[in-house]
Amino acid sequence: MTAYVLRRLAYMAITLFAMITLMFFMFRLLPGDPTATVISPALDEGAREAMRRRFGLDQPLLTQYLAYLRNLTVLDFGLSFRTSAPAWEMIELRLVNTLLLILPSMIAAYAIGAFGGALIAWHRGGKAEASVVLFATAMQSAPLFWLSMLAILVFSILLGWFPTGHIVTPGRFPGPSWRMYLTADFLHHLALPFLVNTLYQLCFPLLLMRSTMLSTIGEDYVELARMKGLTERRVLYGHAMRNSLLPLATTLPMILGWAVAGSVVIETVFSWPGLGLLMIEAISGSDYPVVQGAFLLIAVLTILGTFVADLLYGLLDPRITYR
Amino acid sequence: MAFLLSFLGAVWKAPTGRFSLVLLALFLVAAILGPLVAPHDPMLRNYGPDHKLLRLAGPSWDHWLGTTLMGRDIASQMLHGARPALLVGGLTAFGTVAIGMNIGLVAGYFGGRTDDVLMRITDMFLGLPFLPFIIIVLSLTGRSLTTIVVAMTLVMWRSTARVIRAQVLSLREMPFVAAARITGASDLAIVYREIAPNVLPLALVNAAFALAWAIITEASIGFLGFGDPNSITWGSILYDAYASQTMYRAPWWVVPPGIAIMVLVSAVYFVGRAYEEVLNPRLRGI
Repeated sequence: MTAYVLRRLAYMAITLFAMITLMFFMFRLLPGDPTATVISPALDEGAREAMRRRFGLDQPLLTQYLAYLRNLTVLDFGLSFRTSAPAWEMIELRLVNTLLLILPSMIAAYAIGAFGGALIAWHRGGKAEASVVLFATAMQSAPLFWLSMLAILVFSILLGWFPTGHIVTPGRFPGPSWRMYLTADFLHHLALPFLVNTLYQLCFPLLLMRSTMLSTIGEDYVELARMKGLTERRVLYGHAMRNSLLPLATTLPMILGWAVAGSVVIETVFSWPGLGLLMIEAISGSDYPVVQGAFLLIAVLTILGTFVADLLYGLLDPRITYR
Repeated sequence: MAFLLSFLGAVWKAPTGRFSLVLLALFLVAAILGPLVAPHDPMLRNYGPDHKLLRLAGPSWDHWLGTTLMGRDIASQMLHGARPALLVGGLTAFGTVAIGMNIGLVAGYFGGRTDDVLMRITDMFLGLPFLPFIIIVLSLTGRSLTTIVVAMTLVMWRSTARVIRAQVLSLREMPFVAAARITGASDLAIVYREIAPNVLPLALVNAAFALAWAIITEASIGFLGFGDPNSITWGSILYDAYASQTMYRAPWWVVPPGIAIMVLVSAVYFVGRAYEEVLNPRLRGI
């Protein structure tokens, strides 16, 4: 077990290192001079040269790469080309916002999806099952950004129940602070993106749970549980559903990746100041240090998620042995 | 070809499969003929009888789905959008399965060091955040239908490779593989003549899901403003609507592209699932 965890940790470190390297060289080797976007080309060559020196862009590529690696170990992503503030400070502020939106909503989606899928499989063959499957497939097939737009159209514009975007009423708080997250105003802004994301993300676990359950229900041990005289509830939740949770758990890392991708989209529609929106803004402004920092952080979250899911998988299924 | 026919035949047996195939055929016709039968030039600014620009005009006989803020005909834009959606989706699904299947076959069959190296590479790709990676690639390489296909394929083959590898791991222990080996077949012949045909059905199911996911992703890319600037896609229509900040006054601008994506992707999912149920009858819940 310890050996297994250590090996997974080593793999994780290698993956991360490869990704950091890939990112660095992708940004440096491709055409486009970052100074050209920050300083107008109309300005004189001297100012541009000073800028290049200041950001270390006049050094050889390998020196830049080593400096980059050294800085990363202390979470120094460099200075933003735009604001000249440390990129990490900008990213750090946004990370909390993304996690507050995505994590609760993914947990809710998985819980509702697992129970919902188990229930409709248990009561299979009826109209209810068919309509839930149709509805979930349709939801899953719609782009998340479009569902968000429709939700704003209906619930914010027509009914006026929720704000159309942002994390708190603009101008209400002088700057980001922890107190901000404890207000009703924040929850009011969180509600609509949370609901849309949950409804969208629960379709996949729901459909997967249903199809896994359909094959579990035919298993001998379910029949045996029933013959033992257990109540239908016990058979459903204690035996059939419990064994069907496994395939669902294996999809967690993949789903985490989708959730991150989804966050880019949902944050854009709702002007939610999270990592995804920051990345989109930084790309439009050619603010490479911020783009790289935000991307690496998103990648670290994804990789960590995969790692946790791998361990979880082993805990859930005693038949799996760690080698 | 015979395989394709058997695939269509299998899907046709299920009522949802049949319905979805008909829908897919309609979208295919729209993709081929759409730009030819579109009533207006999709980029043309239309003027009313009073010579004023038709801004956000509601649906009418002349403009079935109304017009945009710039007075452009939405129905024509919709018809033009079918082609890039299917083209980008189809090519990405093909690339995804072609790469994923080969890596899965080689890694699963040869095992050992080969498997280790290939799976480590696959794991590395699994760590790449999906949409953020595509957007970064597009912002660096430029935006065109080709770069979109390449960027999407780069991050999509990984899951197919894992699924196929798992299947190959169990297939390689089957008696027919041992039989082929005894007759003196080379490794390459065993992989591509004996094992590959057996994973093809699974690959096809994966292709359907890849197609569905690629169509949604292509729309998301367009919506985020990273789509091909030279083509009209359903995602770019929604991007225009969103960027204009007037979409809430014109539901006819926002609703149709999403409906088109939803119906097309649902049809693809149902075809994939109908075929999956043929392969694995237990999924039918009988």
